[in-house]
Amino acid sequence: MNGTTPETRRPDGATLVAAAILAAIAIVIWRDAARLPQAGGYAGVGPADVPRWIAIGLGGLALWSLVEAFRSGKTGREPQNVGPILWIIGGLAAQLALLTTAGFSIATGLLFAATAHAFGKRNLVLTVPVGIVFALVVYLIFAGLLKLSLPAGPLEGLIWGLFRGTPA
Amino acid sequence: MTTFDFLLQGLSVALDPMILMYALIGVTLGTAVGVLPGIGPALTVALLLPVTYGLDPAGSLIMFAGIYYGGMYGGSTTSILLNTPGESASIVTALEGNKMARAGRGGPALATAAIGSFIAGLGATLLLAFVAPTVVKLALVFGPRDYFALMVLAFVTVSSAFGESARKGLISLFVGLALALVGIDQLTGQARLSFGVPQLLDGIEVTTLAVAMFAVGEALFVAARRDTVDDEVIAVKRSVWMTARDWARSWKPWLRGTAIGFPIGAMPAGGADIATFLSYAAEKRMSMHPEEFGNGAIEGVAGPEAANNASAAGTLVPLLTLGLPTTATAAIMLAGFQQFGLQPGPLLFATNPQLVWGLIASLLIANLMLLVLNLPLIGLWVRLLTIPRPWLYAGILVFATLGTIGANPSPVELSMLLIFGVMGYAMRLYGYPIAPVVVGLILGPMAEQQLRRALSISQGDLWTLVGSPVSATLLGLSAIALIVPLILRARGKGAVLNQLASDED
Repeated sequence: MNGTTPETRRPDGATLVAAAILAAIAIVIWRDAARLPQAGGYAGVGPADVPRWIAIGLGGLALWSLVEAFRSGKTGREPQNVGPILWIIGGLAAQLALLTTAGFSIATGLLFAATAHAFGKRNLVLTVPVGIVFALVVYLIFAGLLKLSLPAGPLEGLIWGLFRGTPA
Repeated sequence: MTTFDFLLQGLSVALDPMILMYALIGVTLGTAVGVLPGIGPALTVALLLPVTYGLDPAGSLIMFAGIYYGGMYGGSTTSILLNTPGESASIVTALEGNKMARAGRGGPALATAAIGSFIAGLGATLLLAFVAPTVVKLALVFGPRDYFALMVLAFVTVSSAFGESARKGLISLFVGLALALVGIDQLTGQARLSFGVPQLLDGIEVTTLAVAMFAVGEALFVAARRDTVDDEVIAVKRSVWMTARDWARSWKPWLRGTAIGFPIGAMPAGGADIATFLSYAAEKRMSMHPEEFGNGAIEGVAGPEAANNASAAGTLVPLLTLGLPTTATAAIMLAGFQQFGLQPGPLLFATNPQLVWGLIASLLIANLMLLVLNLPLIGLWVRLLTIPRPWLYAGILVFATLGTIGANPSPVELSMLLIFGVMGYAMRLYGYPIAPVVVGLILGPMAEQQLRRALSISQGDLWTLVGSPVSATLLGLSAIALIVPLILRARGKGAVLNQLASDED
């Protein structure tokens, strides 16, 4: 906190970005509040006041971060592996995109495989089937026994069909 | 009726076979998540909320409390055998516990942690039963301004009093408060910050935010720095039983840990981790063998483990009597109460004594279950530690998305999960605490409501906020809690506060 790196006077990028994001949120909240009808009645406090105070607080924190970024200077951070992050985000995005069409098990199975890949199990030929079977078991437990509504796709339809097809 | 009568009444609820079943499921799950690195009690309760929607309210809440207690027990196992704390309240345990395990004394370390947790859990739950009715009586005279002041105090202590930097804590808190604004205003019905997206009118779900930050954010964070080799699990050889000397050195730390943990949990002063640090410091100072600290002193395991369980019980005091959560897990448990249409607070003790006292009595029984689960069955839990990381995190993310999809199968909800997950990763990476976001999201609307009520009563006069002795004292304490750490840090004494950083649970 007391200026550990005086030789480099470059501001800390991450703190600058934080300041920018906070300022942006503050502006969005302020503009949204301006649109609300001021129906405070005689209390004088309406639905727009608390958002305004929070926006002011966020603005203050943005300024504080700006000052801090220049005062403390650049700080070193552990290098991050971007690959695994992209795999996990990609897995989540794939699940999001496929959920309603391909059903819970296939979409979630892909998320499972992508996450396993990010953590070092790179053999997708193995992890995708394992993930789909795992997700299907989870589906049968939670949708079948606990009556949770999960989106069904062709695979789930097939399994339910098999259950109904066999004589009870 | 006296507290004893209420407790007996509660026991009759708690001994119902179905309720016993819920408690057993809760403590088993809790121990498992405590043992597993990467998931804590806050995440587990958040994951289970949508699943328990259709179940019995009393049973579900008892299960959640069981998870909280169980997480505190299970965390010690990971700390001692793996040197990677399973959750934040067990960081201190790793200091001495792992050294003991390396010296072949893993068994007694696990035993003193389990028995200490049991004694502290039992003692602190009884304290909860006796303190709660008194707090309820006090809370009955609280007006809106007093509640508002209490929430401000909770905001300050959760966000800025401890940790690396007040700025970062306050930023996390205000992000939570900003997210809390989204949706329909409770008093006037105006839509705020919904940008015409109908799904946003209901506001941002606490469970979605918590699951995203704790599960997705954590998975991203761990995956991104995964060059490090896995820590090896130290096998427990020899007996788990403690020698007479171990007992003699453990019983005082257990009691001291309980005495330190319970009030810290009960005050709006942050989580169990602070209690464990204070307990460790106290044991180090009072020990007759100070030279053993750092090399495996049993007191350094016994005290903090008792303290974290006592503080979990202490957290339930403000949660049940005032509806005020002081940790992330408590905040999500509050969301659980609200899911069943229950609002914790003094009224709950009057309108639903069966549930409140059933819950407290169940915790006494849950403690007994946990002792059995954690001592004779310890080998089973150790095996959980050998699950390879790829399968573990893949499974965590499957369950994380399952909870969100089950609650609300809309692309908007899943997109929020993804966005907040990335936000959680960035916050972890740059050292912004997570808990204030969750607490801000759930307490924000409540604080706004109390503030606007107080100002309506006074017709807009801001001085009303310091107009009652209670609110003036609480706001004064909040100011001290905000300013004193700032001065300490400015004078370069921030290291102590840094150590007391409150993390997720």
